[in-house]
Amino acid sequence: MKLIKSIIRPNKVDDVKDALAKLNIAGMTVTEVRGHGKQKGHTAIYRGKEYNVSLLPKMEIEVVVPDSIADEAIKAIVEAARTGEIGDGRVFVLPVLESYRIRTGEQES
Amino acid sequence: MNQADTAWMLTSTALVLLMTPALAFFYGGLARSKNVLNTMMMSFISLGFVGVLWAVVGYSLAFTEGSNWVGGLSYAFLAGVGLEENGTIPHMLFMAFQGTFCIITAALISGAIVERMRFSAYLAFISLWALVVYAPVAHWVWGGGWLADLGALDFAGGTVVHVNAGVAALVAALVVGKRQGYPSSSLLPHNVPFVLLGAGLLWFGWFGFNAGSALAANGIASLAFVTTMLAPAGTLVVWSFLDMFRSGRPTAVGCATAIVVGLVAVTPAAGFISPMSAILLGGIAAVPSYLIMTIRAKSSLDDSLDVVAAHGVGGATGALLTGVFAQQSLNGVADGLLFGNPGQLVTQATAVAAVIVYSGVMSFILLKVIGLVIPLRANASDESTGLDITQHGEEAYLHVGGTSTRS
Repeated sequence: MKLIKSIIRPNKVDDVKDALAKLNIAGMTVTEVRGHGKQKGHTAIYRGKEYNVSLLPKMEIEVVVPDSIADEAIKAIVEAARTGEIGDGRVFVLPVLESYRIRTGEQES
Repeated sequence: MNQADTAWMLTSTALVLLMTPALAFFYGGLARSKNVLNTMMMSFISLGFVGVLWAVVGYSLAFTEGSNWVGGLSYAFLAGVGLEENGTIPHMLFMAFQGTFCIITAALISGAIVERMRFSAYLAFISLWALVVYAPVAHWVWGGGWLADLGALDFAGGTVVHVNAGVAALVAALVVGKRQGYPSSSLLPHNVPFVLLGAGLLWFGWFGFNAGSALAANGIASLAFVTTMLAPAGTLVVWSFLDMFRSGRPTAVGCATAIVVGLVAVTPAAGFISPMSAILLGGIAAVPSYLIMTIRAKSSLDDSLDVVAAHGVGGATGALLTGVFAQQSLNGVADGLLFGNPGQLVTQATAVAAVIVYSGVMSFILLKVIGLVIPLRANASDESTGLDITQHGEEAYLHVGGTSTRS
């Protein structure tokens, strides 16, 4: 099993969800995060003084998938989330050692 | 006793009382989320402590004859303040109306010292300040004291409320000192919608503050109402241009601030000037307040919510412009510079200067004396954690989980 952790633009969440749903991947965890890679921040103004805001809002989506469909899932996410501009985000893949369903207590493979 | 006047004054008193919660939202939204409850509490608590003190002794000190400098104690515990006429309304209603002014004036000061002042010290300060600073100044201008004798024009409290609180705020910001990390980009407002809500409610309540100061449901009240509608409009227009000129974009915080500045500036003038003069007064008043705010932001003075720029400078500008635009043919009291009476401007300046000196000196003394008994600041780690948790044991925006009852 792989944990696929994607950091994407907030307005791309629905597109990524739909793309994963087409692969029958429905379970996911979504978190609001802030961060940046190469993207420059924006300028905020407060009472006439300017500030540089470099931590930008993004969304983090985590899905755990069997190894067999991991590559497909990654491709689907990348294509759904891409705009071509700096700030599109990243996808990280981590190995998952074990997974349990809480309702039944059973271990998933 | 006039029923229309009484009905209006009942309404006005309620409107002005609402201004203190409105101020709580205005200030609360400008603070950081870890301090929002503490910031709002500084306004709400004034309703309690200053409200009680006003009824018990403050009203007496302000509005009994006494000397030229302060009233006496004959109305203490509201003795002699009953349902009999005071003008054309019940005496106790007049007392209540004036009380709402004292309450919000004290709360205004909090804007300068949010996010670091110890709550107990703040409470002690505003309680004493209401009696020792507000009441005498109110007496000078409205209670038959020396500024009234001099002919100073202050319709609803440009000097009594705004210059008074503004100077106290300046002193408090200097004495209490700046927040940890000031100046820094992380000291930004956490809830700008609250700031706009507060500004809107303040404007609504201000109709009671200004038009209610006519103490009657009549032409002068209508004049004050209209100037209260138009002056902030003028300020908002000019402020928007100033914002756009300086940084290319008008801001929501700027909009809320401009509204307050305009309302502050028209407060002393409301029932004395014409509607067109009000637009001019509002437009002119935007400039010094904007300037001082910009200078303050670059300085080491952490007047956190710009009480000095909005209330101190706005109130002084308004008080002086009252001496310019006052029109006797409208107000039945006096003319200003533009209508052939330059002496009024001098009288206004005297009143402003007197309040600056008295409020400044007395606020300093009060803070120093209180500081001998209670540290004025919360301790450094409390300030860092956040005053809501450390001063009040509460969190404004509780996120789920992680709490359990103590056994």
